[in-house]
Amino acid sequence: MREWIEKQKYIIDFTLSSLLRRKAKNIGLLALYTLIVFILASVMFFTHAIKKEASLILDQSPEMIVQKLVAGRQDLVPLRFVETVRGIRGVQAVRGRLWGYYFDPRFGANYTLLVPPPTAQTGAAGNGSRRVMVEGEPDRNAEGSAGPLFDLGADEIGVGSVVIGSGVARVREAGTGELMLFRAYDGEILPFRIKKILPSSSQLVSSDLILIDEADFKRLFGIADGLVTDLAVTVRNPTELSTIASKITRRLPDARPIIRDEILRTYDSIFNWRGGMMIVILSSAVLAFVIFAWDKASGLSAGERREIGILKAIGWESSDIILMKFWDGAVVSLTAFLSGVILAYGHVFFTDSVVFEPALKGWSTLYPRFKLIPFVSAEQVTTLFFLTVVPYSVATIVPAWRAATIDPDSAMRYTGE
Amino acid sequence: MRKSNTFFLVTAIQLAILGLLMAHAAIAVQAPSNGLRQIQSLVKRLELTDLCLFTEARYTRHLSQADLNTPFQDHPLSLEHFPSGSFLAPPAMIEKLNERVD
Repeated sequence: MREWIEKQKYIIDFTLSSLLRRKAKNIGLLALYTLIVFILASVMFFTHAIKKEASLILDQSPEMIVQKLVAGRQDLVPLRFVETVRGIRGVQAVRGRLWGYYFDPRFGANYTLLVPPPTAQTGAAGNGSRRVMVEGEPDRNAEGSAGPLFDLGADEIGVGSVVIGSGVARVREAGTGELMLFRAYDGEILPFRIKKILPSSSQLVSSDLILIDEADFKRLFGIADGLVTDLAVTVRNPTELSTIASKITRRLPDARPIIRDEILRTYDSIFNWRGGMMIVILSSAVLAFVIFAWDKASGLSAGERREIGILKAIGWESSDIILMKFWDGAVVSLTAFLSGVILAYGHVFFTDSVVFEPALKGWSTLYPRFKLIPFVSAEQVTTLFFLTVVPYSVATIVPAWRAATIDPDSAMRYTGE
Repeated sequence: MRKSNTFFLVTAIQLAILGLLMAHAAIAVQAPSNGLRQIQSLVKRLELTDLCLFTEARYTRHLSQADLNTPFQDHPLSLEHFPSGSFLAPPAMIEKLNERVD
């Protein structure tokens, strides 16, 4: 065994010396190979992590949203819809949601304005004191470590005040107590005092959010009483969601129910490897790799052939030459693979995908800053290994085997490229 | 030092770093931060439906709530022009055929 290990080490010594003789070419090869693995691994880590995180977060979204469509576009929902939906067997609760967008031309930013729902204590009607309290789930491992995310009473949000997401605060360089001016639907300028800023840890869902009182929301957009943006529906048995959705469309043909599964599916299809930008990134990386492998597989250079000829002439066997070429491929591909994967992990989970950021940001002014949870599995790394290292190693061995089986004399005389 | 030993040393260091990163990932997933639980509570309490990833247009902000015709909303021949639109795969129903046509 020891003898076998020593033999491998001598062959690796020779292979490394051989690689270092063509230093510039092989360092370039290693750098390019590492870059390809880095891009592939970054895309794989990022898409998997964001899809997983989206599914965990949006699992808490409403079970069903009911919109009203007019001429193919979303329209405000009259409150009579509430009674109709509530009358369907299996529906537990129906609540009108009030939310919308406000474009701020000064900062070129789109805000999402939302009227927070009342808590259970204050009742669905929302009259009396409205209180919104958001707390983390009790942490069984660390007692009391998940404190309230924010805690607001009716008087605090109140008329004339807003609670803003940290992205809004960042863009406007606004702080608590300052005034924000909004242009109402009729042109009147409405000032709102910032009561609170949502913590930056929630940016992934609240970066552009502005929580506002119901009366202010209606005043700002000129929405009449008895109208809401859409309905949030809770059902008794979640397995009946699709049945209830079809009953809603039968009773209200102009309604469009969106069940939670569809929301989750939407986010599953984002960053799908078959979709848009992903296929462009992946196909260019894969194409570069194919060119690599093709260059290797299509044959050895004259110098490499001559080297094999000389080695055979001085007593190397074909199996030794194939072994040398195996180590040649393995040294390059293993080093590139490990470096690429390590760099990709750091890129996605420690630097918040800084390379992808310009593409992800697009024209968004309020792009959230978030840290992804590293949902990385051994399967992903293994898949990447078999996609990159194995084809390259095989592509290196095949031409070496062809060259190793020919006569040393003709191998040394061969001068064509 | 022999070149082969240098290679094995470098590979061992890389494997150790990769192992540490895998351990970091496993720990982070096993004990999700309070941040994630707080976001989940926020989503539940405020009845949010979408991630705040692309705020460039209203239909990219709330992807799950947008109309199905949004990429063509300006006029019938207008193609999707927001960069984030290029991340989205078309709905499955568009790719699905009722029957083979060949």
